[in-house]
Amino acid sequence: MTQTMTGAKMVVQALKDQGVEVVFGYPGGAVLPIYDELFLQNDIRHILVRHEQGAVHMAEGYARSTGKPGVVLVTSGPGATNAVTGIVDALMDSIPLVVLTGQVPTFMIGTDGFQEADTIGITRPCTKMNWLVKDTARLSETLHQAFHVATSGRPGPVLVDIPKDVQFATADYTPPGRARTDHYRPKREGDPAQILRLVEMIETAERPIFYTGGGVINAGPEASRTLRELVDATGFPCTSTLMGLGAYPASGANWIGMLGMHGLYEANLAMHGCDVMVNVGARFDDRITGRIKDFSPHSRKAHIDIDPSSINKVIRTEVPIVGDAGHVLRAVLALWTERGRRTNREAVAGWWARIREWRAVDCLAFRPSERTIKPQHAVARLEALTRGMDRYITTEVGQHQMWAAQFLHFDEPNRWMTSGGLGTMGYGFPASIGVQIAHPDALVINVAGEASWLMNMQEMGTAIQYRLPVKQFILNNERLGMVRQWQELLHGERYSHSWSEALPDFVKLAEAFGAKGIHCRDPRDLDDAIMEMIRHDGPVIFDCLVEKHENCFPMIPSGKPHNEMLLGEADTQGVIDAKGSVLV
Amino acid sequence: MSALNIRRGASSQSAYDLRDPNAPVTGSHTLAVIVENEPGVLARVIGLFSGRGYNIESLTVAEVDHAGHRSRITIVTTGTPQVIEQIKAQLERMVPVHMVRDLTVDGPAVQRELGLLKVAGRGEARIEALRLAEIFRANVVDSTLESFVFEITGTPEKIDAFADLMRPLGLCEMARTGVAALARGA
Repeated sequence: MTQTMTGAKMVVQALKDQGVEVVFGYPGGAVLPIYDELFLQNDIRHILVRHEQGAVHMAEGYARSTGKPGVVLVTSGPGATNAVTGIVDALMDSIPLVVLTGQVPTFMIGTDGFQEADTIGITRPCTKMNWLVKDTARLSETLHQAFHVATSGRPGPVLVDIPKDVQFATADYTPPGRARTDHYRPKREGDPAQILRLVEMIETAERPIFYTGGGVINAGPEASRTLRELVDATGFPCTSTLMGLGAYPASGANWIGMLGMHGLYEANLAMHGCDVMVNVGARFDDRITGRIKDFSPHSRKAHIDIDPSSINKVIRTEVPIVGDAGHVLRAVLALWTERGRRTNREAVAGWWARIREWRAVDCLAFRPSERTIKPQHAVARLEALTRGMDRYITTEVGQHQMWAAQFLHFDEPNRWMTSGGLGTMGYGFPASIGVQIAHPDALVINVAGEASWLMNMQEMGTAIQYRLPVKQFILNNERLGMVRQWQELLHGERYSHSWSEALPDFVKLAEAFGAKGIHCRDPRDLDDAIMEMIRHDGPVIFDCLVEKHENCFPMIPSGKPHNEMLLGEADTQGVIDAKGSVLV
Repeated sequence: MSALNIRRGASSQSAYDLRDPNAPVTGSHTLAVIVENEPGVLARVIGLFSGRGYNIESLTVAEVDHAGHRSRITIVTTGTPQVIEQIKAQLERMVPVHMVRDLTVDGPAVQRELGLLKVAGRGEARIEALRLAEIFRANVVDSTLESFVFEITGTPEKIDAFADLMRPLGLCEMARTGVAALARGA
C-alpha cells in the first residue's frame, strides 16, 4: 500500500526505515517543516548541537564507534557551509554520513535568496555523492539511495539538499525495498588469481609485514577477527596506520606498533626492510610513505582495497586486490589453509630477531621529570589507569594526538576516533559527544590539546544539555605544540604565532557551563586527578598543564625515507633541508 | 600521423627528440565515459579533473540514450600511463558513472571532430581558400562577398592542418566541437 505524505514527513519516515536512532542537528528556516515532524514523534532522537561543524563530528564519532552511518540535519546557507569541514573530514577518513541540508524553495534557487548557498556546488568535491531533490516524488527514493551509497563500497559522506517547498509538498512514499540501488554495487570479492599470488607470497616471504589501515575497521568487526587469525597463524609482524589502530590488538603477539611519521622505530624499519608487504585497507598516505622513491625499496607489495583508485595511486603494487578487506582476508586465509598453512618459518624467525633489536632501541623513551608533567607521562598514566575499562578514545589534532596513538593501546576496533586524513583541529570534543551518545555507559575520553579543544568548545553546552559524561583530557602546553615543533626543527626556531597569550581558566570555564573542572600541574597529583576525572559522573574538563617545549618523537621528517628517522632531540640538528621544509 | 609531424615537447631548435628516453611517456588518451544523464554530472567530472590536476584537451557531452538516461562524455586527456590509470579509476568510482573506456588503449577507434572556420578575403586568396576547402572536403555553409564559413569534419589533426592553411588566407574565427569517438568493430 502506498502512503502519501509531505516531504518533511518522508524524511522522518525514511530515517526510521533506515534504522536511524539519532540525528545531530541544528534548526533553521529552511528545515523547519522537518523539525516540525521530528517534534511529532519519539522514535528518532535529535541532539541539538551548538555549531553545525560539531554536528558532523558528532555524527562521525557515532559512526566510527558503531559502524552505522551518522546522520546530520542542518539548515540552508550558513548551516550547510558550517558543516563543510566535517564533511571533508569524513570523506578523507571514509566515514559513512548522511547529511541533510535545507534549501530555499525551488522557485527561489539562483536568486541569491536569504540563507541561500549553492550547497550542491560547494559540497560536490566534499562528498562521495550529493543530490538536490527538486521533486517530492523523488525524495524518499533519493534518501534511501543516499544511505546505500554512504555505506556501500568505500564508505563516505553523502548530502541530500532539500528545498523547503519540496518538504511541504506531498507525494507517495517509496519504502527502502523499492528504491533503486542496483546502479551502485562496488565489488566486494577479490580476484581469485590475485589472491593465489598473495598466498604464494605469504608462503615464501622471508621478511614479511602486514600493513593494515582503516579499511579493516570499516569492513566491520568480523574483518578484524579474520585479520587476527591470519596474522597469528602466519606469525608475521603486523603494523597499522593511525586509522587502523585496534584492528589487530595492541596486546597481540605480532603487534609491532603504529607506523608513519610519528610511528614506532621498529614498525618503520620493518616497513623499510621487508621483502613482502601486505597492505590491508590502507592507502600509502604521505604520512606513511615518506619519500616515495625510497619507500620500502626491496619489497613486493600486495594491496587489498575496496577502492580501485587507491591502488597504484602513489605506490606501484605487484598484487592488486580490489575488494572488501573482510571478504578478501577470509579468502586468503581459506586458500592458505587449504594449501597447508606454509610459511618460511626459519627466515621469519630471523626477521623477528632483527625487529626485536630495533624494538630494544625503545623509541618512545622520554626524559622523565619530577617537576613538570611530561605529556607522554600523562598519556601513559591515562593508559595505565583506564586499561581494562570499557573505554573509547577520541583526539584532537597535533602532538597530543600522536602521543595518544603511541601510548594508548587498543585491543578492539571502533574504540579509537581521530581525524587522520584531514587533520581537523576541533574534531575530538564533538566526536567524543557522538561516541557517548552511542555508548551511554562507556568511559569516553577526548585526549586534546588546549588549542584544538578551543576550536569547538561551544559543544560543552551540548554535553551538559544531554548529561553526557565525556572527559576532556587536555594536555595544556600553552602552545600549538606541533606547529611549534616544526618551527623549531624547520624554521630556525622562529615561533611565529604558535602560542596563545590569552587562554581561559579551564576550571572556571567548566564551571561556567555547569561541568566539573580539574587542574593538575604536579606529576605527584596526576594519578589521583585522573581517577577523580574518571569517577566523576558528568562531563569533566581536565586541564593538565604539561611541559611546554616537549617534542614528539620518533619523527620521520618530510621528504625523508623510513630509515632516516629521528629518535630524539640529539638527532635533530640540521636534518631537514630546504626541500623538506616545503612539504607539510 | 605523418613522420614530419614534430611531437609536442620536442625542441624547436633540433630535428631530434631531446626528451629523456627514460622519462615516463606522456600520451594523449581518448576516454569515453558513459554517465547517468542527471544535473551536475558534467560538473562532477570536470571538478575531478581540475581538483586532481589532470589535463583536459577536449571534452564533448550529449545524451545518447534518452530512455536509459545515459549521456556520453568523450574526453581527450594527456598524462603518463600511471596518471591515465588513476583518471580511469577515479572516474569509475564516481556514483553516476556507468562505464569508462580508454579508446586509445582498448583497440582501434574512430575519432571525429567538427570545425567551423570563417575565412575573410577577396580575389585570389578567396579562390585559393575555396580550392583548398574542396581538397579537404570542407563544405561552405555560409558565404558573403567577403567571407566564407567552412564546415569541416575529421580528425583533430586534419582540422589543425586545414586551419593552418586557412590562416594566411584570412582565417578570422574558428569554432571546434572537440572529439567524438567510437571503438571500431562490433
